[in-house]
Amino acid sequence: MGLDVNWALRWLTLSAQAMAEHRKELIELDRPIGDSDHGENMDRGFKAVMVKIAEAPPETAGAALKLTAMTLMSKVGGAAGPLYGTAFLRAGTALGEASDIDAATLASAFQAARDGIVARGKAESGDKTMVDAWTPAVDAATAAAGDSDVLKVLVAAAEAAEAGAVSTDPMLARKGRASYLGERSIGHRDPGAVSSALILRAAVGAVE
Amino acid sequence: MKKLINDPRAVVDESVEGFGLAHADLVTVFADPKYIVRKDAPVAGKVGLVSGGGSGHEPLHGGYVGLGMLDAAVPGAVFTSPTPDQILPATLAVNSGAGVVHIVKNYTGDVLNFETAGELAQAEGVEVRTVLVNDDVAVQDSLYTAGRRGVGGTVLVEKIAGAAAERGDNLDAVAAIGDRVNQNVRSMGVALTACTVPHAGAPSFVLEENEIEIGIGIHGEPGRHRIPMENADGITDRLLEPVVSDLGLASGDKVLLFVNGMGGTPQSELYIVYRRAAQQLAAQGVTVARSLVGNYITSLEMQGCSITVLRLDDEMTALWDAPVHTPALRWGV
Repeated sequence: MGLDVNWALRWLTLSAQAMAEHRKELIELDRPIGDSDHGENMDRGFKAVMVKIAEAPPETAGAALKLTAMTLMSKVGGAAGPLYGTAFLRAGTALGEASDIDAATLASAFQAARDGIVARGKAESGDKTMVDAWTPAVDAATAAAGDSDVLKVLVAAAEAAEAGAVSTDPMLARKGRASYLGERSIGHRDPGAVSSALILRAAVGAVE
Repeated sequence: MKKLINDPRAVVDESVEGFGLAHADLVTVFADPKYIVRKDAPVAGKVGLVSGGGSGHEPLHGGYVGLGMLDAAVPGAVFTSPTPDQILPATLAVNSGAGVVHIVKNYTGDVLNFETAGELAQAEGVEVRTVLVNDDVAVQDSLYTAGRRGVGGTVLVEKIAGAAAERGDNLDAVAAIGDRVNQNVRSMGVALTACTVPHAGAPSFVLEENEIEIGIGIHGEPGRHRIPMENADGITDRLLEPVVSDLGLASGDKVLLFVNGMGGTPQSELYIVYRRAAQQLAAQGVTVARSLVGNYITSLEMQGCSITVLRLDDEMTALWDAPVHTPALRWGV
């Protein structure tokens, strides 16, 4: 069984719910090492995505992700807007017109998303950014894709992203505003890695 | 949190609306997407100047829209960069055909969003140049950070590049003078208290009664290190010394000395800081040829200040003196 546009729309809806539910938590994570705006921006961005989808429901998963990309890019602001915008744009492009997404295509879409984030933000693994959630997620998804089970791919990606977010705790930030803190960034979890893990977890819940 | 607001989520909307009403003779405010343009834009034959960034730094940037400075300002949410769907129409609105210069403070979000908007504007046939401002000496090791931030020097870049555009310089010349200002300006800031982002509801960091934070940026983010409170002269020396040494100032240099308030510090205290900084520069044989003291690039209600020093040449001095008429800066007209 592959994934279709309805999965993509449920994924985005659950992502929007997750951003609303975790708005405060993301703001709190951003406070000591950023500027207290990540939860607010992500919540505002995904609420706008919901409005766009209601206005003109996309017909393919790829189109849904591209619409998400354009909306996040124009509504989120900060670094997260262009970074998530690029991620969804690349993932949507990787899915193309497919109406039935198999495990390998799904893993390659995640990889395209990660590559887009790296290209835009120029962060590497270990810099204490969302890349530290996405890279383990892509590695786990790619490894799981061999079983041709989309749910296994999604679960593997979500679990790896969650562990990846936790792994940012002891890291010294080298990109974004947290990098200005130097040593004092150590001991805090990266909010972008946490929101990335929430979005990848939402993708699991969207499978019926 | 005690603030003169109605709804934390409507702060920027209502503030920009009020700004437009108060300065209707100088600017036009567009609500959705949100941007502010000079009343008579686009000015025929003139290079357009667009800047923008998170809100909460007022009067930056909207306060500098007008004759001799910016043609458009793009306000984001509080401490959050604006988005390409705002920056693009602002850029198009001020393009007379002579091209547009984006003045961007070096923060990751601002850079990414202006970069995207610049690409979109180029695709619509508008020539865009970017002047990146990164004058903050508090950030030392740029290999392992996002690079030096754009802070107080931004006001000086906007004024001087704006004057160059107003006198008729072409696109590359306006961008070049903006870059030249940036290369010759350095800043360093201190916070005595943190500030509270309205929608966050709590201070962005906690400073004890006897603590100050040295090397802050302007987005409510903490600085480089925390030290016990000192007197004004002591703090001034801590801010000025790295600025002077990084700039490589020598006896005989002429400078513009800019003491900026972060929003919650009275003008009287800023002059105490200015006094010490001017004395220290004089003792090193440096001539303070121009000065600016006041709240020009702020962090909401934060108490504190920044010291900015610009090494002047004759052309920059003349452009600084050139007429300017904006809501926040006006002389010679």
